[in-house]
Amino acid sequence: MTHPPIPPGTRDILADEMRELRALEDALRGAFERHGYGEVATPAIEYHEVLARGDDRGAPSAYRFFDESGELLALRSDMTVPIARLVASRFAGEEPPFRFAYLGTAFRAVRPQRGQAREFRQAGIELIGVEAPEGTAEVIEVLAAALDAAGLGRAVIGLGDADLYRQLLDELQIAGDRREAILGRLAAHDLVGLEGAVDAVDGLDPRARETLLRLPGLRGDRSVLERAHELGGDAVERATARLQATYDELVRRGVADRVQLDLGLLRDLGYYTGAIVEVYDPALGHVLGGGGRYDELVGRFGRDLPAVGFALYTERLHIAQAEEERLGKEGS
Amino acid sequence: MSPGSVAGRLMPREEGPLKLAVPRGALFGETLDVLDAIGVDTAELRGDSRSLVFRTDELALVTMRPSDVPTYVEAGAADLGITGKDVLSEQADRVTYELLDLRYGSCRMVLAGRRGDERLAEVERRLGAMRIATKYPRTAERYFEDAGRAAEVIEVKGSVELAPLVGLADGIVDLVDTGRTLDENDLEVRQEIFVSTARLVANRVAHKLRAAEVDDLVERLREATWK
Repeated sequence: MTHPPIPPGTRDILADEMRELRALEDALRGAFERHGYGEVATPAIEYHEVLARGDDRGAPSAYRFFDESGELLALRSDMTVPIARLVASRFAGEEPPFRFAYLGTAFRAVRPQRGQAREFRQAGIELIGVEAPEGTAEVIEVLAAALDAAGLGRAVIGLGDADLYRQLLDELQIAGDRREAILGRLAAHDLVGLEGAVDAVDGLDPRARETLLRLPGLRGDRSVLERAHELGGDAVERATARLQATYDELVRRGVADRVQLDLGLLRDLGYYTGAIVEVYDPALGHVLGGGGRYDELVGRFGRDLPAVGFALYTERLHIAQAEEERLGKEGS
Repeated sequence: MSPGSVAGRLMPREEGPLKLAVPRGALFGETLDVLDAIGVDTAELRGDSRSLVFRTDELALVTMRPSDVPTYVEAGAADLGITGKDVLSEQADRVTYELLDLRYGSCRMVLAGRRGDERLAEVERRLGAMRIATKYPRTAERYFEDAGRAAEVIEVKGSVELAPLVGLADGIVDLVDTGRTLDENDLEVRQEIFVSTARLVANRVAHKLRAAEVDDLVERLREATWK
């Protein structure tokens, strides 16, 4: 007899793993609570039309179905859009700021034979109603505390700006197809193709060319901003002003040493508007999570509020945790 | 927040020297020459050792099929890798940083048809789509899509030149070095799709967390290959 299957990309979690996942989630929840972020839960299924408002590409969910009265429903693909919806509806009359934490599962389409998860656990926070740079810095401080609570003291937070390169292209007056070609290569992390796309721009002066090619490779401590200014002068200075302000605020809060500035950071989601973050641990070759500012998203649900947040992939954190533990044992 | 793709089973990364995936096959010899040129001792790899992993003073070298390089690098099992643009183009969905054109191993990805035979244009006009045999189905599909042409792409694993000779396909998309194989099979290039050379790719996390070492290696490889 064959075993009854489950869909690819889903899995059963048994007691040993569940115990450890719960302990990890409790540690994260504790860090969120200590910083004033109370846990909320939203439904796993929402109206497709509502989720679609949060997604510019019109593909908010891989899994859609009809309910008994013919309404189109969808499984959530992240927690940020549902929380933006929650703020605009349940907190309509209340004064911001709002601080929320969540620990839940979200759903994504998978490509075959890639070992990808259709259903995955996320833990994160959203801070709604606090502008940059204060709001951004607060969220990064909570992120650092959450990583510490998970035992990932070596994890690094990459900090960039979703609009930096676009702004630089504006400053250099590169528009149309050329601009799209450059952004396309950058989004594909293709620095070889980027050079070709930049060289296709007519009449670009050598210094601007150098800036466009070298800026995405700049990552490291605060000296990155100085090097960027040397490279591109005032245009870069204006494009990085917001990042500089965020970094200054992180220094003031004493968490700047957890942060790697990264001028090449891009995020693949339509709703980001400013600072963006990614989380790495030396023990794992995959990104542990990420986030950023989404100052226009809540407005799409009828309440115009600045916002920022992050989400960690709980299962990846768990793997990194196990690996750090193993390295620690070997080291001692 | 929903960054990128979410993999279920992930390999943890070891630390120590940077791990570089080295392609066996057509790019192997020139890759070793370039590594020698930047001061990495490859003598051991040149011998007839059956080992797959080699330690040098600076790098750990892991040898593998070129088409496996993006898989290892994406997962972080190798921090860096060298492979052909043809492989990267075919596996464009794998997330790696493409850092440097190493400029050797130059080949052309082409659309080819039978010599003097106007069948390609004719079947497209009369039957609506060309049948194209290839080992690079995703590259071929993207090419025809971008060109706005209708083609039915047929994936084959072995000698693709056979397909138009026996009527499996009207033409082929394939990687061509000297063009001799095409010639011998009475095929000719109809269109060049792109020029493929060896590329250096990096794992996303290694590119961030080992930035100084990665950048240093990129600069030295650039000097060695861009003379």
